[in-house]
Amino acid sequence: MIPSFWRKIRYRYNLTGTKCENCGRIYHPPRNICPECRRKSSITEVDLGDRGELLTYSIVHDAPESFKLQRPYVIGLIKLESGVVVTSQISCKPSELRIGMKVKAVFRKYGEDGEDGIIYYGTKFVPCEE
Amino acid sequence: MRKVAIIGVGMSRFGELWDKSFRDIVIEAGIEAIEDANLEGKEIEAMYIGNMSGGRFLSQEHISALIADYSGLASLNIPAIRVEAGDASGGVALKEAYISVASGIHDIVVAAGVEKVTDVGSAMEIMDSSIDQEWEAFHGATLASLYAMMARLHIHNYGSSEEDLAMISVKNHKNAVNNPKAQFRREIGIETVLNSPYVAEPLKVFDSAPISDGSAVVILASERVARKHTDTPVYINSVVQSSDYLAVQNREDILEMKAVKTATRKALKLAKCELKDIDVFEMHDSFTITELLLYENVGLAEKGRGHELVRDGRVEIDGEKPVNPSGGLKACGHAVGATGIRQIGEIVLQLRGDAGKRQVDAEKGMAVNIGGTGATAVVSILGR
Amino acid sequence: MVGIVSYGTYIPRYRIKVEEIAKIWGEDPESIKGGLGIYEKSVPDIDEDTVTISVECAREAMKRVSLNGSEIQAVFVGSESHPYAVKPTATIVGEALSIDSFFHSADLEFACKAGTAGIQNCIAMVESGMIRNGLAIGSDTSQGAPGDPLEYSAAAGGAAFVIGSENVIVEIKDTLSFTTDTPDFWRREGQPYPSHGGRFTGEPAYFRHVSTASIEIMKRNDLEPEDFSYAVFHMPNGKFPVRVARNLGFSSKQIEQGLVVRYIGNTYSASSLIGFCAILDVAKPGDRILLTSFGSGAGSDAFIIEVTENIESYDRNQSVWKKIERKEYIDYGMYAKLRRKIRMG
Ligand SMILES: [Zn+2]
Repeated sequence: MIPSFWRKIRYRYNLTGTKCENCGRIYHPPRNICPECRRKSSITEVDLGDRGELLTYSIVHDAPESFKLQRPYVIGLIKLESGVVVTSQISCKPSELRIGMKVKAVFRKYGEDGEDGIIYYGTKFVPCEE
Repeated sequence: MRKVAIIGVGMSRFGELWDKSFRDIVIEAGIEAIEDANLEGKEIEAMYIGNMSGGRFLSQEHISALIADYSGLASLNIPAIRVEAGDASGGVALKEAYISVASGIHDIVVAAGVEKVTDVGSAMEIMDSSIDQEWEAFHGATLASLYAMMARLHIHNYGSSEEDLAMISVKNHKNAVNNPKAQFRREIGIETVLNSPYVAEPLKVFDSAPISDGSAVVILASERVARKHTDTPVYINSVVQSSDYLAVQNREDILEMKAVKTATRKALKLAKCELKDIDVFEMHDSFTITELLLYENVGLAEKGRGHELVRDGRVEIDGEKPVNPSGGLKACGHAVGATGIRQIGEIVLQLRGDAGKRQVDAEKGMAVNIGGTGATAVVSILGR
Repeated sequence: MVGIVSYGTYIPRYRIKVEEIAKIWGEDPESIKGGLGIYEKSVPDIDEDTVTISVECAREAMKRVSLNGSEIQAVFVGSESHPYAVKPTATIVGEALSIDSFFHSADLEFACKAGTAGIQNCIAMVESGMIRNGLAIGSDTSQGAPGDPLEYSAAAGGAAFVIGSENVIVEIKDTLSFTTDTPDFWRREGQPYPSHGGRFTGEPAYFRHVSTASIEIMKRNDLEPEDFSYAVFHMPNGKFPVRVARNLGFSSKQIEQGLVVRYIGNTYSASSLIGFCAILDVAKPGDRILLTSFGSGAGSDAFIIEVTENIESYDRNQSVWKKIERKEYIDYGMYAKLRRKIRMG
């Protein structure tokens, strides 16, 4: 798991995606080929911003082993200002949740390979105050 | 392309089959299918096997050769092919088998599906491996939670309710009572569903199909050969597979299952029929919301109105469009890679009139088998 | 002139009250609150650690002045709770801040003064011309053994400073350190919780070092306590900083604004720094501030700081005291789980 995590660190720590210069579409996770333009794709990196809106969410109770300490936790689809949708955890009380709420990205721990393994960090979201 | 018929159907029981191994259950289903088709065994020219994760459930890969071997076909040296598409593996196996006969390459082939899940403790996490591991599962998303997000949005946008979803589970449990192969042959009340603990809100334990041991086998033959073996062939009018973005986040509208829509449209066209001509359905109710979304994406209901079908009983076994007379994945059991073939088996029994107490009056049937959150869909139309 | 270009802070939202901890160990909460001068403390969430806290406070600092990662050439993270014993916190922080990979970085550890040590390193590097801007972070998720008096105070938080020489909001006029070998508090390799010398942490450790460093830096700059608008001293509890201020001749008015410990506990490497940021939140051009940290083992770093005109236009919206008020209380059971005090099978 270490190399596969490490390889995409820059897209996990920050909301960086890829943009197809040919059609202007933006994607996260990063893609090598634009699904609309295919061979005509021209891919560059783009900052997706740290603000978004909650499209939908679920409170997870039956969690994989590595997430058990965190449950119940909230998983959601967030539409960023750039229009891109990402899957991420929302760090807040379930009672605060509502579809359409404004959220902002924060840096959080996602898990670890046991007590002696490496720690996985990434982006989560919290409700926007303003 | 030649016409292709199904001449034999076999199924193991579904459930926690503690005393049966992977090999035992697939052979159990296989023998039943061969007897049903009135074959000796050596007529089989190829095997297509749907299996999601022998590697993780059993640490056993190369299961294609294993199954051919234990089916007693090692000495015939036939080709055996394992296909994988999450829990749509069975449907894809059927499609591959169909192509091999329709194209004229083979005359008699086996399409099988099998999964043995109870030899490990973490079946759910293995099930979840059909979602995007790097960008969904890494963040704590599970298969259930992705469907739960769809359910949440459907309820929010269209006024469906947790009760509507629960009624789908109630219906499927009721149907399974009359299916001797089913895992849960008991009726449940809506309270049982609503009072069960949340898996991923708003989905509960009783909104979710079990992960089961089980196997299903169908035997395909060209029309000419079929007539030699059976008086009641059931024809595969069409079988179409489609794909979509793997991760839910990349789909334009998460309540739109484009793979299902595309496959349905093409399948109906190839079968030269319309949805109104289909009398019975087997649909992939991995969660109650999955079945509800399939009503809409197959076209039984308009978008945002799937729950109305549940409310007016149109999808009940005695309704206008019976869905999951077998009990579906929820109550018949979800043996992952076997499910797509199990659905086909049910449609064949229904069309032949061999479905016993759960018999529906049907000329044509449709099976909808999907992988994970819908990135693979296989739609099959069968007719007498 | 070298100074602070920007600052940022982070305080986790969970709090546990002294009453809740005292209840578990059968102690009298009123006498603890009276004795320690702490009412409640911050607790990190299960997904927060020194790395995430460092990133959050550094991002705030950079965002306030729209500073790009490529404009920073050094990152120091001071902490006694680096998540890895071996593997730097600063590399993760640098990556998360998108700092161009040609940067100097090091993790620092000096009990509660590793954050100010980072500031001194940055000052030296900026002054020498090695770097243009450096990032110094003090951040901790400190732990006290269950039932130990430290459990009432050991808290979590972080403060980050961009140190540079252009557009500084405060100038750092002078800094000095006073260091001796004084074993008042320690944690041996492999031990989960620190040990301490009880009352020995007072006179020979905290008071001696904080006083000596403060007196010396004032003396060599010809300054008296009344020449300062504000003073902030390391806050292991709510009593020590008040007493040291009084002994040195500072009024309670001078230290009140930075006295955050009563409501968030001792945030270790961030403790005096979060207090200092609370002062910066309200400081006016011309204000002079004395900042003296303390790290067990032992040493103190003292700073004389003068606020510039630039602070007027500087974004100070998310104030420390506002962050202190944003809180959610948890019980001891939840606290034990979040701080991984429960032995899992
Ligand atoms: Zn494009």
